[in-house]
Amino acid sequence: MKSKHAAQFKLVSGGARGLAAAACIVVLASGCASTPRNPDDPLEGYNRAMFSFNEGVDKAIAKPVAQVYEKATPKPVRTGVHNFFSNLTDPWIGLNNLLQGKPGEAFSDWMRFLFNTTFGIAGLFDIASEAGLPKHDEDFGQTLAVWGVGDGAYVVLPFFGPRTLRDATATPLDFSANGVSRIDHVPTRNSLLALDAVQLRATLLPAERALEGATLDKYAYMRDFYLQQRRYKIHDGNPPVEYEDFDGAHAPGTSGGIAAVAAEAAVSRLELVEPGSVGPLSAAPLPQHGR
Amino acid sequence: MRAFVFGICMFLAGVLPAQASITPPDELVRSVTNEVLEIVRQDRGVRSGDPDKVMALVHDKVLPHFNFRRMTMLAVGRDWREASPEQQQRLVDAFLTLLVRTYSNALTQYRDQTVAFLPLRAASGDTNVQVRTEVRQSGAQPIPIDYMLERTDAGWKVFDVVVAGVSLVTNYRSTFAQEVRAGGIDGLIRSLENRNRELEQGAART
Repeated sequence: MKSKHAAQFKLVSGGARGLAAAACIVVLASGCASTPRNPDDPLEGYNRAMFSFNEGVDKAIAKPVAQVYEKATPKPVRTGVHNFFSNLTDPWIGLNNLLQGKPGEAFSDWMRFLFNTTFGIAGLFDIASEAGLPKHDEDFGQTLAVWGVGDGAYVVLPFFGPRTLRDATATPLDFSANGVSRIDHVPTRNSLLALDAVQLRATLLPAERALEGATLDKYAYMRDFYLQQRRYKIHDGNPPVEYEDFDGAHAPGTSGGIAAVAAEAAVSRLELVEPGSVGPLSAAPLPQHGR
Repeated sequence: MRAFVFGICMFLAGVLPAQASITPPDELVRSVTNEVLEIVRQDRGVRSGDPDKVMALVHDKVLPHFNFRRMTMLAVGRDWREASPEQQQRLVDAFLTLLVRTYSNALTQYRDQTVAFLPLRAASGDTNVQVRTEVRQSGAQPIPIDYMLERTDAGWKVFDVVVAGVSLVTNYRSTFAQEVRAGGIDGLIRSLENRNRELEQGAART
């Protein structure tokens, strides 16, 4: 765990060392804080601490900067910047589609990159979408899932936010495969990475405004949001859906009869299923969306 | 006499088909969506976020097509069976208020997006169907919004809304289960009602 964090920090930038130390202190300090035990979230104590740390960083730095960016730039500029970074992810998305056995989608992603980089002027304009080549959303974590690797525990990474253990393992690869982080000129690379982070954060501001106050427990809400949306993405938008009936009154005639037997069977079958693992959802988080 | 028979015929012609054919789920979603968006487009009060106007719109046009009892049951999960009928009713009321307060805000964020209705994939005998829509706007990926509907005697009713793969209903399940573990069903009811009071005071302040 520790070495992975160290790697993450190095990727973010050298100046993050102080923050890394701060993050470690937060985690150590709260390591023994008692939180409700949840079988779907064995790392909950650590996760909650890291979640608060990330919230603090967001509130102090990321969100204010994103708000300034949103105010200071007209919408077409923001769209162009978003398209520019989005375009750089398409080759890697295509490779992941290929690795998941979807050569058609892979070809479409590479065509997107070709069109948008040339006719779309270095990706500033997403003409490929207009031309009927839709943007896909793939990463190496999803590829591993398609290959049969299980989710693993839910874990909150510093700065990067929610992941499953599998996706956390894949994150460094996804990150370094991104076109921007392969630029050799360090100041250029870091400026672009920072701009990408800011523009990505800015795309989340409207959703955040709409959802203000929706939750009883923001940590748990974000966790379930991430896991649901993640599952949705892994299944390419068609996760298995099951709606249970927890309502005794719904089951007709509790006094014998075929209906009662069927209802009973349905209920006992459902009892075997963990609440977290059912539902239409187990798919992905806000911060990951919209790329 | 002839007029009487004619009258009966007209009566039957008018009433029977109305009972036999309820609005199909995809048409229902389409017509309600279009109607609501038309009002949002026209009504300055709604667009500027006037809470009374938004609430009135949601209560009149949207809520009649939802089955909040089933939504609450799905959000609460297996603890629902332990709740008394009175507790269930309070849960339904509190959850409805929370959802309406929260997601009414989303309507005021509506600007120039268009909603596309995707083809319905369902057999004629299905009593549960998924109606898929996409919110499209220039320069961004479309956001899929799926409505889950069930057939009832009073027409098709929505019991879940899934936005980009996330159910607005079952996403509450583990939070609710956590509240029940800590304070029982009554603890969950208290938390919901407290949160609603906070939101109400917050809305009154702004």
